[in-house]
Parts: sequence; structure tokens; C-alpha cells
Amino acid sequence: MTITEKILAAHSGSDRVTPGELITCEVDIALGNDITAPIAIKAFEEHGAKQVFDKKRVVLVPDHFAPNKDIASAQQAKVMRDFAKDREIENYFEVGKMGIEHALLPEENLSLPGDVIIGADSHTCTYGALGAFSTGIGSTDLAATMITGQIWLKVPETIKFMFKGKKKNKWISGKDLILYTIGKIGVSGALYKAMEFCGDVIDELSMDDRFALANMAVEAGAKNGIMKADNKTLAFIDSQEVKPVRDFKIYESDSDAKYQGVHEYDAEDIELQVAFPSLPENARPVGDAKDIVLDQIVIGSCTNGRYADLEIVATLLKGNKVARGVRMIIIPATQRIYKKAMNTGLLDVFIDAGAVVSTPTCGPCLGGHMGILAEGEKCLATTNRNFVGRMGHPKSEVYLASPAVATASAVTGKITDPAVI
Amino acid sequence: MKLTGKAWKFGNNVDTDVIIPARYLNTSDPSELAKHCMEDIDPEFADGVREGDIIVGGANFGCGSSREHAPISIKAAGVSCIVAEYFARIFYRNSFNMGLPIVECQEAAREADAGDILTVDLTSGRVINETKNRSYESEPVPIFMQELLSAGGLMPYTMKNLSK
Ligand code: SF4
Repeated sequence: MTITEKILAAHSGSDRVTPGELITCEVDIALGNDITAPIAIKAFEEHGAKQVFDKKRVVLVPDHFAPNKDIASAQQAKVMRDFAKDREIENYFEVGKMGIEHALLPEENLSLPGDVIIGADSHTCTYGALGAFSTGIGSTDLAATMITGQIWLKVPETIKFMFKGKKKNKWISGKDLILYTIGKIGVSGALYKAMEFCGDVIDELSMDDRFALANMAVEAGAKNGIMKADNKTLAFIDSQEVKPVRDFKIYESDSDAKYQGVHEYDAEDIELQVAFPSLPENARPVGDAKDIVLDQIVIGSCTNGRYADLEIVATLLKGNKVARGVRMIIIPATQRIYKKAMNTGLLDVFIDAGAVVSTPTCGPCLGGHMGILAEGEKCLATTNRNFVGRMGHPKSEVYLASPAVATASAVTGKITDPAVI
Repeated sequence: MKLTGKAWKFGNNVDTDVIIPARYLNTSDPSELAKHCMEDIDPEFADGVREGDIIVGGANFGCGSSREHAPISIKAAGVSCIVAEYFARIFYRNSFNMGLPIVECQEAAREADAGDILTVDLTSGRVINETKNRSYESEPVPIFMQELLSAGGLMPYTMKNLSK
């Protein structure tokens, strides 16, 4: 069996599961946010449910429109806040403790290797970086899981992605690997499938890069993205302020596990990537993005708003200035990342260069607030989606890239290879 | 169950951001969401759509976010069914869970033009293009999903099983 199959078997009380099989699965964590949870809460209450299956295992994070951007979003966030209070949800993270959910859960050690995590947010697949099975679902699924602690799932077939060789240069990141992959297989190239990432290149990635990689599995249509937990994973778990309150188990794919397909990529062939509007699959080498003049740069999101990302930004920004005519918005993904960036002087570098630093929020990533684009404007973002209207006006454009490319581009005002600055 | 309606045709990879842009996600009120359904891909849609109309999509319909606001806005706009070549995973789940019928039928989706009258038989999976006088077979809805639909969606199904 593959890692994914082993985790699903263990959570559905079977020795084995086979792709295509419908199973009922025990859930370790059920997650919702200020946009998706209110609909789940309404369904929960309308159907007369009394209590959640486990007060420790339901996690609610107001991150999308928080701190609330208008009256309607404030009303909506209040639905979740009141529910968390009434049902004594332990893992509700109020503004001040809050961060972007998929950066916050690993910090809080709520997502652990071998877990089944479902979240009413498509990027729930991020926890695959820890060797967990995690997948996005909708609000009605969340409502049902909050009651039963279970979810129905179809066991996915697995596609293996093996990255070999040496990366071309130090700026090539997890983001480039996943954009390259999506560029190859397309936005439905892994539809309904598990994407399993392996190879020397993956072993060498930092945890923050692994999170960025797993985060975008959904952009290839996948159910989950996963890689095996290793010493780096364990060190990451150990190094968090909050210690895990549950046991966890590390799974590995069997050597005779069956894959629906295997893709082998040579890191030598992978350049820094930029995904052109308006699909993540429009990934091209940064060198192909000539003379694209930008209005805005966004560093942040559940893909690339982690500390390692901010460090890269600071390295490239130090001694430089944000180009005239460009707005650079930097959003640390959680309070802890924000504080660390403050203590290590990264925020000084950002502000001295002329960037603005925001409190943790999804904000512009989904066109919520804190950096909406006007008609005709172009933005380069470290986020994960560049759909039509994603960051504002339907006639604005979003390009996706790594923090390194985004920072180099902020300095020159057009899409730029960091080797140039 | 048979549904008949006029087709609204869309292309491939219709994502949840164009179905219902995030600027309207500060509410989950179905009638509010319906007013902005498909706004960024077809500004005429929300005003022009009539009760019972059918959306015809290409490949990977509903890709992107998990927002249930997307199928909610479509259902509240009066759409009776979506026929597409195939659907993105979360959108597929969400539609069944909340009781919006969807059918995967490649040929029917490809050949239909805007304005054609379609009849969809959910039980057999047959799609008929009345305008073009063509009939197409598709995989019938899996048994488990049929149970979900006949219970009225995932919540009634869950509550019924709990009380057993
Ligand atoms: S940062 Fe963007 S992609 Fe991630 S959860 Fe928030 S809105 Fe979604």
C-alpha cells in the first residue's frame, strides 16, 4: 500500500484499502474558517445537533476576512466565535492568536504525521508535508464531521512524483517544484488522486518548502499531496512551542505499492517558475516573463508566508528599495512568524525598503482585503491561485511565483530573476 | 427524476472564484449569493437565468476553493442541474452534499450550445438534447450518492443514521 492507503486503512478499521473503495474514516482534526464554518454551523444547528464529537479536535480559525473588514464579515465571524464559546471549542484562535490556518495548525502541533485531517478549505492538503492525509471538503461535510467525527471518502489512486538530481541554484524552492509540476500535468492532472512526492530533492527541502509544495496539490486537482515524515519532520514538531497532545505514527509506502502513474523530474531541468494569468498551470521559466511591469507584490498566504520565506525576502531586499510605482505588501502568516521576524530584524529590512507589513490574514490572497487590485493592474504574488478576479477587479492579473522571484521583481518593478539583483 | 431546461454554456476550468467572487463571501445568504452568480465570467447570467435552466460546463468544472457558496449560488439562482465533461473533486462532493444534481457527460457537454433545451434523467444518467435531437448515456450516479440525494443531502442522511 501507499502512505495514503495505509493511513486511510488505519482510520477506517481495516487492514487494507484499495483505490476506488468508499470508506468511512475516523477524523483526527476537523477544521473550518470564518467563511466556511458559518455555513457548517447553520447546518449543524438546523439539524438539531447538540455537541461536537470532540472539543479538542474541532479547530476554528478566523483568518480570511479577519481582522474583520466590514459589517457583514464581522457578523459572519461572530457566528463562529459564538459557536466556539457555546460549544467550548478548545482550538478556536481569536485575532491576536490567529494566523493563516494552514501555517497555524503545524505550529500548534495540531496536525501530525499519520493523521486524517479534513478542513472546509481547499488548501487543507498542506499537512501532507508532515506525512498526514489531509484534504479539503465543503461546509456540509464539516457539519457532518463535527457531529460524528467521521467522513466518507473514496480511496484515491496515487501518482508518484519523484524529484532527482541537484537543484539548479539556491533560489529554486518548493514553490518552483510544484509550479513546474502543475505546468506539466495541468490543473486537473491529478484529479481525485493522491500526489506522493519523493526523491533526494524533496528530502533536502526545508519544512517550510515542503509545506509550500504540498499546499498546491489541490491546484492540480488532487485529493491530497503527501510525503513521508523524516528526521526533519520530527525536528520541526519538537521545535514548536506547543507540544503535541496526541501520539502519532509515521507511515511509509511499501516498495511494492501500486501507483496509477510515476513522474520522474530531474531538478537540473527545473528553472525558477512564474505562473501566468489565469491558471496555475500556466507556469513558465522566469526568463520567459520579460517586460511584465507590476503594480503590486504580495508576499504571504498559506503557501509562502512562513519564516523561511520572509528570510529569503529580507536577504534580497536588504540594501535595496521597492521600485517606484510598486506596492509591496508583506503578510507574515502567523503571530509567531510575525514576532520572530520582528525580533530578528526582518521587519526593519522590509520597512526600510518601503514595503508595508500586515497583521496575519489571508487578505489579498483571495481578494478579501489588504491589497485589492484595480482594473488593469498586475500583481506578482507568492500565493497559490491566479484565477480571473482572484485578487480584485476581474480585469486585473495575478502572476504566481516564489518569494525570491517576488522580491527581485519588487526591486526592479517588473518580473525579474533574483540572480539579476 | 427528470429535469428539463435551457442550457447556459461555459468552457473548461470554470473556477469557484468566477462562480462567486470572494468579494461576496461576507455573506452566506443564498439569495444574495445568487445575485452575483457567474458575475466575473458572464455578467448577464444572474439576471438572465430562469428557474429550471441547466448549466453546461466543460472539463474540471468548479475547480479551486472549497466554498460551498459556489453551488449554493447556482442552486439559489434557479439552476436545476449542471452537466459537465467532469467536475473538480470538492465541487462534486459539495453539490451532492447540498442536493444540487450534477451529471458528468462528456459528449452532451461538448455538443450542447447555449440556448439548447436539455432533459436530464438522473436515475438512468441519460441526457437528451431536445433542440439537436440527440441522446447521450452517462454513468448513473453511484448508489451511495443516490442514497445521499434521496435522503435530501448529507445532513439529513447523517442525522437519520445517528438515530438508528
Ligand atoms: S491564504 Fe489564500 S489560499 Fe490560503 S487559506 Fe487563505 S485564502 Fe485560502
